[in-house]
Amino acid sequence: MQTKNVMIVGVGGQGSLLASKLLGRLLVSQGYDVKVSEVHGMSQRGGSVVTYVRYGDQVASPVIDKGEADFIVSFELLEAARWLPYLKPDGQIVTSTQQIDPMPVIMGAAAYPENLVEKMRATGAKVDAMDCLALAEQAGSSKAVNLVLMGRLSHYFDMPEEAWQQAMESVVPPKFLELNKRAFALGKNA
Amino acid sequence: MKQLILGNAAVARGLYEAGCCVISSYPGTPSTEITEEAAKYDAIYCEWAPNEKVAMEVAFGACLAGKRAFCAMKHVGLNVAADPLFTMSYTGVNAGLVICVADDAGMHSSQNEQDSRNHAAAAKVPMLEPADSAEALAFTKLAFELSEEFDTPVLLKMCTRVSHSQSLVELGERVEQARREYVKDIAKYVMMPGNAIRRHPVVEQRTAALTKWAESAPVNRVEKGDGKLGIITASTSYQYVKEVFGEKASILKLGMANPLPVELIRGFAAGVERLVVVEELDPVIENHCRALGLEVSGKELLPVCGEFSQNLVAASLGGEVHTGRALDVAIPPRPPVMCAGCPHRGLFYTLSKNKCTVLGDIGCYTLGAVAPLSAMDMTLCMGASISALHGFNKALGAEGEGKTVAVIGDSTFMHSGMTGLADIAYNQSNSTVIILDNSITGMTGHQQNPTTGYNIKGEPAGKIDLEALCRAMGFNRVRVVDPYDLAACDKAVKEELAAAEPSVIISRRPCALLKYVKHAPPLRVDTDKCRGCKACMKIACPAISMREGKAHVDATQCVGCGVCEQLCAFGAFESAGKEG
Repeated sequence: MQTKNVMIVGVGGQGSLLASKLLGRLLVSQGYDVKVSEVHGMSQRGGSVVTYVRYGDQVASPVIDKGEADFIVSFELLEAARWLPYLKPDGQIVTSTQQIDPMPVIMGAAAYPENLVEKMRATGAKVDAMDCLALAEQAGSSKAVNLVLMGRLSHYFDMPEEAWQQAMESVVPPKFLELNKRAFALGKNA
Repeated sequence: MKQLILGNAAVARGLYEAGCCVISSYPGTPSTEITEEAAKYDAIYCEWAPNEKVAMEVAFGACLAGKRAFCAMKHVGLNVAADPLFTMSYTGVNAGLVICVADDAGMHSSQNEQDSRNHAAAAKVPMLEPADSAEALAFTKLAFELSEEFDTPVLLKMCTRVSHSQSLVELGERVEQARREYVKDIAKYVMMPGNAIRRHPVVEQRTAALTKWAESAPVNRVEKGDGKLGIITASTSYQYVKEVFGEKASILKLGMANPLPVELIRGFAAGVERLVVVEELDPVIENHCRALGLEVSGKELLPVCGEFSQNLVAASLGGEVHTGRALDVAIPPRPPVMCAGCPHRGLFYTLSKNKCTVLGDIGCYTLGAVAPLSAMDMTLCMGASISALHGFNKALGAEGEGKTVAVIGDSTFMHSGMTGLADIAYNQSNSTVIILDNSITGMTGHQQNPTTGYNIKGEPAGKIDLEALCRAMGFNRVRVVDPYDLAACDKAVKEELAAAEPSVIISRRPCALLKYVKHAPPLRVDTDKCRGCKACMKIACPAISMREGKAHVDATQCVGCGVCEQLCAFGAFESAGKEG
């Protein structure tokens, strides 16, 4: 099969590394060749961060380029819009509607654009937007946004539920497992 | 079953399987996880050294004693360790010695994007260059074999996209290596002129032998295409070439960056119509081809600056370029910022308020340069803040001394700030040095250092007392302030700048992201009291913003440090913990 591309984007510190770890485990368990590329270091300090997950029969490049992403999974609305150029023409965005003001907005040097979901849809992009923070809190912790998003992504993936459950069990510490499974289910069924 | 692991973890696994026994490193993005992962294997002794030069010398000592040894660093770290490297090339090794250097094309977390292959050529040391995690593991093991066979330290060159990408790897077992007996050999290991003169020809002969090895080494391989386009490439660039051209182009994939083969390249060039070199950063392979008299393209098609990607390679060499869509609205940038509750913030606010000239250093606190604090005038390399301050003040005299400071983190101070401080103590400039002691190496992700009292495994270790160290160097004025206390910071900075002798201020509070740090409840704003004066906005806290003319605190980010509270003349901030 042709290589599939998933980008996970957000703000440094939001927990995207666990999401990519989960996705990586899942895809390896399904027998795919997989590459995951992460960003460490300075941009993790509240900057814009991106993780690339690629899978298929044989994956060469570890990164995803403009116009190549089948999915963009975003922890934050502005970040979904920032990475929109990386989406394939028929790609799908799965995003939390959470808004975190970047420093130029906080300082009044720039404005946080309004109605981003509608504007992205106006370009023809398929956008699945929901309040993942509220769902995470409903599951028991604001930190579980990553699992809410993965649950929502699973909705679009043709993979057995059991494989997702096993992947969660392999990357989430036991004491947080039930909480994270709740978050996953809330995202999936939202 | 194959495992999906980070390139850096694959190097660590290679170290384990190769029977490596001693590892000493200094953290640096993107190399840090190699040593962190290796420390999880009980069979390997691992440590964080104060800097890369020390780390490399520790590894050298261990290999001299007869055990396989290793150190890892980022590209600029190799500059610090270049001194031992260039002469270790002459002495050679006893047991295998491998040095990993991780470049950062694109400068994701670095102050420059130098190409470490130049160091390999200059030091006349072989360098292997993996392109994914499987190669990272295999090349690490091969590097030890080459080191022992050719009696040389071997460089393993990683880069951000190989270090920080996960790909599939087949794990093997550890093979213990018998300790090689240490035999006294003055002519080989004591590099005074009379001996070194005799070692230099040995180095040249070794390079010739390694070049011969490179001609048929399995790490340099040809993948035949249709013969029209021939691409010589290496490292992550190879992956982009494969992504664009698949089986169509003929590819010479070089796994050894130094020395480069001659006949292999000539033969490959003869079999293709058009020869192109695809390599990030400097035209190292390209220049080698030109020196061989080959007709080749490279940097006139592809940039010297920054990282490559598949679209960039496609656009440069006539492949299919993918395009996406963009919004017709301005997307505000999201630069990294100091975290909410960062202990550096209060100190930088104080320096900004006092209009100080601030000579900075390498670490999270370099973000003090970002507006609106803009409290930094220079950042160069590890330790430069202190030595440059001394020079600045010697040049300007009292005019500079009254308002110029150096700021340096605890780990960076141990790395190479101490020697600059010795210069101030010795040659007596009236300088004020501020050590930003957040009790950890922050930027690289919380590594212990000689001032924290813990080792790489988190076990109790030696702890250097910064105050006692500064006093022992001859500083009479050494004081500690809490950067959450703005009045105390202001007083300390004003008094030490006014003092007629050199001084050290230690701004001490642990990094707010450390797990053991207990946070106060988040603050909230009483909108009746808030006048919207924006005084609290001067500290650029990511948790504070203006909503409808009033300050607003994001409770999910605020850690209750209270610095904003001290800036508010109207008492508008209150602790959310006070009521219930």
